[in-house]
Amino acid sequence: MTSREHPVLKIKNLQVSRGSEFNLSINHVEIYAGEVIAIIGPNGAGKSTLLLALSKLLEAKAGSISLRGKSIEQIADLEYRRQIALVLQEPLLLDTSVFNNIAAGLRFRGISKSEINQRIDEWLIKLNISHLKDRPASQLSGGQAQRVSLARAMVLKPTLLLLDEPFSALDTPTRMSLMQDLRNLLSETATTTIFITHDQEQALFLGDRIAVLLDGKIAQIDSPQNVFSSPIDTTVANFLGIENILPGYVMDNRDGKMLIDVEGKQLEAIGKLPIGKDVFFCVRPEEIILWNTADMPKSSARNQLDGQITSISNKGPLQQINLDCGFPLIVLITRASAQELDIEPGMEVCTTFKASAVHLIPR
Amino acid sequence: MQVIWEGIKEAFLLIIRGDPEIWAITWLTLKVSGTATAISLIIGLPIGTWLALRRFSGRGCLFSFINTGMAFPPVVIGLWVSIFLWRSGPFGNLGLIYTPAAMVIAQTIIATPIVIGLTIAALQQLNPYLRLQLLGLGASSLQVTFALWREARLPLLAALMAGFGSVISEVGASMMVGGNIKDQTRVLTTAIVLETSKGRFTIAIALGIILLFIAYLVNYFLTSIQQRGAQNREVQ
Repeated sequence: MTSREHPVLKIKNLQVSRGSEFNLSINHVEIYAGEVIAIIGPNGAGKSTLLLALSKLLEAKAGSISLRGKSIEQIADLEYRRQIALVLQEPLLLDTSVFNNIAAGLRFRGISKSEINQRIDEWLIKLNISHLKDRPASQLSGGQAQRVSLARAMVLKPTLLLLDEPFSALDTPTRMSLMQDLRNLLSETATTTIFITHDQEQALFLGDRIAVLLDGKIAQIDSPQNVFSSPIDTTVANFLGIENILPGYVMDNRDGKMLIDVEGKQLEAIGKLPIGKDVFFCVRPEEIILWNTADMPKSSARNQLDGQITSISNKGPLQQINLDCGFPLIVLITRASAQELDIEPGMEVCTTFKASAVHLIPR
Repeated sequence: MQVIWEGIKEAFLLIIRGDPEIWAITWLTLKVSGTATAISLIIGLPIGTWLALRRFSGRGCLFSFINTGMAFPPVVIGLWVSIFLWRSGPFGNLGLIYTPAAMVIAQTIIATPIVIGLTIAALQQLNPYLRLQLLGLGASSLQVTFALWREARLPLLAALMAGFGSVISEVGASMMVGGNIKDQTRVLTTAIVLETSKGRFTIAIALGIILLFIAYLVNYFLTSIQQRGAQNREVQ
């Protein structure tokens, strides 16, 4: 049962130094029972440093971390670490059988043999690795090894589960299957979890809330919907893949509908900012629809821009179309759409997007 | 060539006949070198582990010192141990000079830097995050240490073999602190030196073959344990 009154973990004014140059500084974060917080950020943002500090493996310079209302400074290191479980990017399995690996943490805690057997059998089934029970860890595939690593942590029934990019080394099908299983298990066991990743898809998939960590600071923490649709500033927006960030100002504001001037073009957005306010006009490339100028149908989208294709490039399964609309605009479309539109550089096209797809960041 | 052949024949005859003097020398060799290796392991393993896992200023200098210790000439160690154990020396009143105990001390000093150095190397080749992972699973410092030793057991066995190999084959220190006294401190290496100086090459070669055979047997035993572990690690 999630209680919003008593957080499982509370971080306040935490300062952690690593090396002479890097400082992690977290003002205030509360994590509640059964909640999965996904912390996303680029390499070097301080994600792993935060996790090591939360594991009491790195000393904080200032501030406090409380677990179930008790400062971790007041809890002996070993006692604290036996309330948490840590899963790192690499499975780091011991050179022994799968069973012995999963039993490691339980044996460290001096748990009886019968209980160890019972708990391991339960988690072998839950993670679909019963058939690997007696196999040497060295003979496991990457996905199997990470499943064992997760079983080894979850069998401990931790108060707080810390996951440091556990899927980053896995191929897509293996990752998707393991993420699906993990999401079900975290929900079923209501395990309070901090999940570190640099992958937005993983964060969206697993996180009840998402924290964006940039340059050692949490820039934004909110529901996945809010973080991705309403980034707090241009740095967060940039990191989240909002590539169209255009400077403009509010020309008009009536009944929550605003008219924004972007490089001389008038575009609509939803919001309540004062007239004259300087803003960044943000729209995700995938929210923009590309049309052949001749075939442009009547659309309910409030914003329409004409432009010329300057370049086309591959972006994963999609195609990125760079346009010149008087200012640069990036559009992402499927390969099938690109083929259907028969687009090529230099071609005149038309774009539309809804006012509700626009996010304004005050300047 | 004839001398070598005679030596090989003599070695087999000495082993088959069960010559009591040869057996006594062989037994003392194993006792002294085995004890010295065991003590160097007891001292070197924890020190090596501590040095491998801790970060402090001057660590590099200390590592260089240990690595130098790995190449210390046994005769120099024999000289220093003799100075300390001579009747007029600081520990002269213990009456250890020219006893097997003195030889154990000298050989321990020879083997310990080797065990420390190779323990450091063995633990440093493990993934540095493994220690953090074990701590993150709730292991105490002692549990982490044992788990890391288990993970590094193959190179640690190599450290043990190297330590034993260095002391069973050394002659300078044993000669200086043991004195090569018949029935008391004579070990295979010092006996070989003595027989060679007397011109009894056949016996010297025979003793050399016995020494090699013992070294081989001990290392065969340790290697078979090591390789069993290595085979288990191989991915099928």
